[in-house]
Amino acid sequence: MNTPIRFQIDGVEVLAEPGQSIMQAADAAGIYIPRLCDVEGLEPQGSCRVCTVKVNGRTAAACTQPAAADIEVENDTLELTNYRRDLVRMLFHEGNHLCPICEASGRCELQAMGYRLGISQPTKYPYLQPARPVDASHPDIVLDTNRCIRCGRCIRASRDIDGKSVFGYVGRGIDKKVGVNGDNLLATDASIDDCAIALETCPVGCIIQKGMGFYKPIGERSFDHQPIGSNIEGNRSGAAHREETWRQGEE
Amino acid sequence: MDDQTRIVNQACQRVGNDRLRLMDILLDVQRELRCIDHRSIAQIAQQLNCARIEVEEVASFYSFFSSPRKGDIAIRLCDDIVDRFQGMPAIARAFEQQLGIRMGETSADGTFSLDWTPCIGLSDQAPAALINDTPVTRLTPQRVVEIIAELRHHGDPAKLNTAAGEGNNAHPQIAVEVHNQIRHRGAVLLNDAPADAGLDVALTLNSDAILQRIEDSQLRGRGGAGFPTGRKWRTAANTIAEQRYIFCNADEGEPGTFKDRVLLTEHAELMIEGMTIAALAVGAAHGIIYLRGEYSYLKQHLESVLSQRRQQHRLGCSIGGRPGFDFDIRLQLGAGAYMCGEESALISSCEGQRGEPKTRPPFTAERGYLGYPSVVDNVETFCCAARILTRGAAWFRGFGTAASAGTKLFSICGDCDRPGIYELPFGVTVDELLIAAGARDPAAVLVGGPSGELISQTAFERRICFEDLSTAGAVVVFNDRRNILEIVEYYMAFFVEESCGYCTPCRVGNVFLHERISKVRQGLASPQDLAYLQELGDTIAKTSRCGLGQTSPNPILSSLQNFPLVYSALVKERDDGWQAGFDIQRALEESRRLAKRRSFIYDPSYSDSTNSDKEAPA
Repeated sequence: MNTPIRFQIDGVEVLAEPGQSIMQAADAAGIYIPRLCDVEGLEPQGSCRVCTVKVNGRTAAACTQPAAADIEVENDTLELTNYRRDLVRMLFHEGNHLCPICEASGRCELQAMGYRLGISQPTKYPYLQPARPVDASHPDIVLDTNRCIRCGRCIRASRDIDGKSVFGYVGRGIDKKVGVNGDNLLATDASIDDCAIALETCPVGCIIQKGMGFYKPIGERSFDHQPIGSNIEGNRSGAAHREETWRQGEE
Repeated sequence: MDDQTRIVNQACQRVGNDRLRLMDILLDVQRELRCIDHRSIAQIAQQLNCARIEVEEVASFYSFFSSPRKGDIAIRLCDDIVDRFQGMPAIARAFEQQLGIRMGETSADGTFSLDWTPCIGLSDQAPAALINDTPVTRLTPQRVVEIIAELRHHGDPAKLNTAAGEGNNAHPQIAVEVHNQIRHRGAVLLNDAPADAGLDVALTLNSDAILQRIEDSQLRGRGGAGFPTGRKWRTAANTIAEQRYIFCNADEGEPGTFKDRVLLTEHAELMIEGMTIAALAVGAAHGIIYLRGEYSYLKQHLESVLSQRRQQHRLGCSIGGRPGFDFDIRLQLGAGAYMCGEESALISSCEGQRGEPKTRPPFTAERGYLGYPSVVDNVETFCCAARILTRGAAWFRGFGTAASAGTKLFSICGDCDRPGIYELPFGVTVDELLIAAGARDPAAVLVGGPSGELISQTAFERRICFEDLSTAGAVVVFNDRRNILEIVEYYMAFFVEESCGYCTPCRVGNVFLHERISKVRQGLASPQDLAYLQELGDTIAKTSRCGLGQTSPNPILSSLQNFPLVYSALVKERDDGWQAGFDIQRALEESRRLAKRRSFIYDPSYSDSTNSDKEAPA
């Protein structure tokens, strides 16, 4: 039996198994570190950077940074919240995120993260307004990469869980986007039963199942009553603290 | 079987259908078919027995691969700011006129294509360009006319009638009009020490003794980051593994850096000697030299040096007669991606992947190429290591400063009379370099390239070393007639172009920084815009995944700090509290052009009857 690693997150002592990331240890301890590209069950890739924390004063992505004995991790601070706000704003402005007309509204993790971090107004950045064609070739699936946040969850799910390679990254820099293994989705072996296509895999409204648009009424959607991260925080009395963070530098 | 299928199949077979060698396959296909289209991608995937998207991921990453067809003669003009200041706009116009095409286009007959490319490592002989693999330097509009006439005549860039440069540049295997311009030879690198003296010493030592010498020398990596080389080697040696790898990073892409080009041209043996010593020290059997695609004109020369060393038993089995010491090196060409200068991205590229950095930890010295411990060092670092074995650690430490041992190669370019290579001890001041290079009216110096620092006259007494201003070699001089914001805007465009796109802050944030610095340059910015630049720059620096992203806001952050007056001269606080978001006249231009008339409201002279019939300017 390996001895657990002890370290601190915002002054709270946390235990981790050897090999666990800071994120995994925090989740187990009921401490929520905001994240978009990381999701349980997939190899972490550290690309959205929303889970940026400070480890002994230096920034690192909690999802890929191994837990280590006696490190002091900062998570819920105004400085980090401001970085996370900037990152979430960047993702909003990079794509076309028109919440009122998006099927994912209410269960969208990007939208929910915006609310959790206290971003409730149009922000300071310019809109890049991509105009990539929507791929509706598949009978069951629509792919609208104008709403993609490059989290790669569909890519990893397809490759590592479904054992297919339906999706991949193509292009570079700001032109980097999710591409499919063929001329369009119809030409791939994508199936509605793939983990890559499952509603909870795509955190935004980029991969949409046909016939499932607006399937839950307002009031019953995932984030209508509880902010994102509540499932990890559980019954921990985080609400008061969270409210305080919201007020800090709220827009 | 048609030609395309045959060519693609041959490219795959040449590397034994090895998925790891996808870069070589794509380079071959691009060279022979002048493009990598969807059909070729599908064909490669079939040959390699992998998903088509895997091939497309890689093919779409590197700028030398293109899906539209490029000309049989692909002309790439260096769009670096140094080239621009030395007359590149006129050169580009001359090429466009001679070829009858615009930048970014391919001629109708498919013979020529014309594109921009970032720094090609020839900033000391700008304006420069690559014609297929052949570099042409010190271009003038007249010379462009001659080049195109000649290419129309014989069609082979390698046969261009050029006056080859000095040294090995005139060697038949290289034969290009590139000049070394070695202005100052120091004691460590640029001299004629006996060949392989370092390796001969190493062959008498055990692994630990070699590592000890490198550690004692306090050698730090010459690629910019300055990581202690001995510690890196020791980590790789101590990591339990079946195999270990040595990588030479010859992907110098930091704009304004060209010192590795000179080492590769004149001292390739020394570099390979250093790699061989590293292999002996850490226990590696394989090495790879990752040569940037822009330097592919040096490939044949390097291959011949490697094969010569195999014949001399300085590579291959039982090197130097030492049983069990087997080590060989292959060459891997890049294909136009600054990102691959980052050590883990370089390894990704060698594995036939997109040139994106790997997640750290683990560090490459523990788990790199294919998961094996890998030592990745810069060309100059390996050269230093070979000399340290020859002359000893204490001798090496005798040069430089307390925390920066040895000499350093500086590549100086820009507004100076003697651009070129200077080998000087660490600790030299910027002023001393400027005097040596004959800088004229220097107003700003970029030390360490755009990821380094842009300093003003008040900081010219600062020293170049890891304790103060650090650089992989680039020292770019700008005189007092250059527009600081044009420089900053260019370098931000460079980072937007070269970001791999993996992480949010670098991919998106740099686009926003570039947009806003353009606004400042146009005189449309308010003080809030400067706060915006500072805050956004901080977020990018703090949250990016790798060194490229973390340093990408430096052109803005260092100029905000060191040239506040340049910004304050352009930024105006308005009395009415409004912000000038955009320029109405500029915004109307397209409508004016389409409507072929002026705006009644925004063009006051429109109401003047003498003007009303005039068409808007085209």
